Amino acid sequence: MVPTSWYLALSAVLFAIGAVGVLVRRNIIVVFMAIELMLNAVNLTFVAFARQLGTIDGQVIVFFVMTVAAAEAAVGLAIIIAAFRNRPTVNADELAVLRW
Amino acid sequence: MHGGEIIPTSTLWLIPALPLAGLLLAIVFGDRKRLVTIVAPGVVGIAFAVALASVVTLLRAPAGARLVDDVYPWIVAGPFRADVAFRVDALAAVMVLIVTGVGFLIHVYSVGYMAHDESLPRFFAYLNLFMFAMLLLVLADNLVVLFVGWEGVGLCSYLLIGFWYEKDENAAAGKKAFVVNRIGDLGFVLGLLLLAWSTAANGAISLDVAHVEEHVHLLAPQTATAVALLLLVGAAGKSAQLPLYVWLPDAMAGPTPVSALIHAATMVTAGIYMIARLHVVFLASPFALEVVAIVGAATALFAATIALVQTDIKKVLAYSTVSQLGFMVLALGVGAFATAIFHVMTHAFFKALLFLGAGSVIHGMSGEQDVSQMGGLREKMPITWWTFLVGTLAIAGAPGFAGFFSKDEILAHTWGTGHYALWAVGAFTAGLTAFYMFRLLFLTFFGELRAAPEIAHHVHESPPVMTVPLVILAALSIVGGWVGLPEGWLWGPAFGRFLAPVTGHSALGEHGAGVETALMLVATLLAAGGATLAYVFYVRMPGLPYLLAWRLKPVYELLVGKYWIDELYDAVVVRPYVALSNLLWRIVDQMMIDGAVNGVATTVLANGQLWRYVQDGNVQHYALVFLGGAIALLSYYLVR
Repeated sequence: MVPTSWYLALSAVLFAIGAVGVLVRRNIIVVFMAIELMLNAVNLTFVAFARQLGTIDGQVIVFFVMTVAAAEAAVGLAIIIAAFRNRPTVNADELAVLRW
Repeated sequence: MHGGEIIPTSTLWLIPALPLAGLLLAIVFGDRKRLVTIVAPGVVGIAFAVALASVVTLLRAPAGARLVDDVYPWIVAGPFRADVAFRVDALAAVMVLIVTGVGFLIHVYSVGYMAHDESLPRFFAYLNLFMFAMLLLVLADNLVVLFVGWEGVGLCSYLLIGFWYEKDENAAAGKKAFVVNRIGDLGFVLGLLLLAWSTAANGAISLDVAHVEEHVHLLAPQTATAVALLLLVGAAGKSAQLPLYVWLPDAMAGPTPVSALIHAATMVTAGIYMIARLHVVFLASPFALEVVAIVGAATALFAATIALVQTDIKKVLAYSTVSQLGFMVLALGVGAFATAIFHVMTHAFFKALLFLGAGSVIHGMSGEQDVSQMGGLREKMPITWWTFLVGTLAIAGAPGFAGFFSKDEILAHTWGTGHYALWAVGAFTAGLTAFYMFRLLFLTFFGELRAAPEIAHHVHESPPVMTVPLVILAALSIVGGWVGLPEGWLWGPAFGRFLAPVTGHSALGEHGAGVETALMLVATLLAAGGATLAYVFYVRMPGLPYLLAWRLKPVYELLVGKYWIDELYDAVVVRPYVALSNLLWRIVDQMMIDGAVNGVATTVLANGQLWRYVQDGNVQHYALVFLGGAIALLSYYLVR
C-alpha cells in the first residue's frame, strides 16, 4: 500500500505549484486554473487522511469542496468572459479600470 | 469731597443712549442723506436737553448732591463688582453740558461742511458713536465704564482722522494716533488695576468712584505715587502731553469739524477730566502732582514755540491746543482742579470756534489750508472774520473774554502755590499764544489775497448752517468766562464754588487780591505785547519775519522741524521696533515656529512616501505577502 506521506508530499507539491501560479502568472485563466489546482491539492490531503484514519468525514468534505469549486468556476469564468467582451484581453494588469 | 446726598434717577442712561440710537439709524438708513443730516444732530440736541434737565435738578438740590442712575450690574466676579452706573455731580455736569452743547453745534455745522461729501452718512455715524463713547466717559460712575468710553473715543478718533482714507497719509495719521494712544492707555489700565487692587477693603474690590474716594487712604505713599504716575501716562496719551503729544498735530488730517469736536473741545480733555475725577489719588502723592505740573508747563511752552512758525492753519491750532492742554495740566498739577475744568470749558468754546472758523476759511478757499496762500479774507468772509477775531481775543486772554479769566486763574494758582518758575513759563507762554494767534489772524484776514486766481474767484462766505454755530460759539467765547470771576469781583468764582464739593477748594488766597490783580496785569501786558509784535511783523513790516528767520536760521529751522521729535521717535522707537519685529518675524516666527509645524508635516509626508511602495495595488503582491505570513506562522507552530 502506498504510504500516506507520499500522498501528502504530492499534495504539497501540487499546492506549491498552484500558489506560485497564482502569484506569478498574469493571465487570469491560468491564475484561475492554479486556484483549482490548490483546491484539488487540499482535496487529495483530505482523502489521504480519510483513508488512513478509516473514516469518511474527509471524503464528505471533498464533495463539498468540489461543489463550491464548480460554482466558483462557473461564476469566475462568467466574470472573465464578461471582462473579455469589454476588453480584448485576459491579462490581469490591463484589467485595471476600477482601480484608481 | 465725598459723601453728599445721592439722588437716584433713571433718566441719565438716555443721554448716551440717544447718540447710540442715532448711530443705529445712520447705519440702517445710510442711503438717505437728508434723513441722516436731521437725525444725527437731532439726537445730540435731545441729549443736550436731557442733560440740561438733569443739571437743573442738580442745581436745585443742596450743594454736594449727585444724581446717580444705577442701570444694571455689569460684572460680578467674586469680590469684584462693576455696575453700569451714571452720575451727574458738579464735575460731570460741566462736562456733559460742554460735550452735548458744543457737540450739537458742531453736528449742525458739519451738515454744511460735509454737504458735498459722498460718505456723509458714515461721517455722522462715526460722530454719533463718538458722542456715545464720550458721554459714557464723562457720566461714568464706575472707572470700568469710564474706561470703555475712554477706549471708545480713541476708536472714533482713529476712524475720523482716517475718514478720507483714500489718501495714505490720512490713514497713517489715524494709525499713529491709535498707536500712541495705546501707549497711554496701557499706563491707564495698569494704574486702574493697581488702584483697584490697593483700595480693596472689606472683601470688596471695586472701581466705583465713591468706593475709590472712600478708600483712597489705604494707599501707601509709594503706591499712590505709582498709581498717579501711571494715570498721568494715560492722561498724557489722551490729552496730548509731552512726550506723547505727537499724534495730535497729525490728527488734523481728519475733517475740520472732527478737529473741532474731538481734537480740541472734548476728547483731548478726557485726560484732564480723568485726573480731576481721581484727584484724591493725586492729592495722596505730592510728588506725582509736582510731575503733573511740570509736564503741563513744559508742554504748554514747547507746543507754543512750534506754533510760532507753522504755516498750515490747522497745524497752528493743533499746536495751540496742545499748549492749552498743557495749561490745564499745569492747573491740575498745582491742585487747582476746578480751575483746570474751567479752562476746559472756556477752551472748548473758543477752540471749537477757532477750528470751525478755520474750517469755514478752508471751505471758502476750496480746501486750501496754507496761510501763505490766504490773506485779505475780511471783506469776503465777514462773519467768519468777526467770529475768528473773537476766538483769537479769547485765547490770547484779552480782558473780559473767556480765556482771560480761566488762564489768569491758572496763573494765579500757580503763583499762589509757590510755583514761581512755572508761573513764569506760563506767563511767557501766554505771550507766545497771543503772538501766534494774531499772526494767524493777520496772515489769514489782512493784506492781499495770495491764492491762485481760480481759487480767489471762488472765495465765499459759508452758508448759515455753518455761520450760526460760529456766532453762538463766539458769544460763548465772550461770556463763557464770566461764571468764574476773580475773588471779590461781583459774584466772584461762582464756577469754582459750584465744583468745590467735588474737587475741593484749592489753596489760594494767602497772597490776597492785590497779588492776583498784579499777576493778571503782567500776563495781560505780555499777551498785548505778543499781539502787538504780531501786528508789527505781519501787517506793518511784512519783510521782518523773513529777515528774522534768516538771521536766526538754526532756531527757525528747529521750530519749523518741530524740534525733530517725530524723527527722533522714528529713529529711537519706531525703527528699532520695526527691526525687532522683522527679526522676530523672520527668525522666531518663520524659522522656528513655522519650521516646527512644517517639519512635523514634512516628516509625516516623507514617511508616507516611503511606505506607499508597500501598497502598489497589485493583488498578487499582496497575495505573496499573505502567503509569506502564512508560511511564517505555520513554520513557527511546526518548529516549536
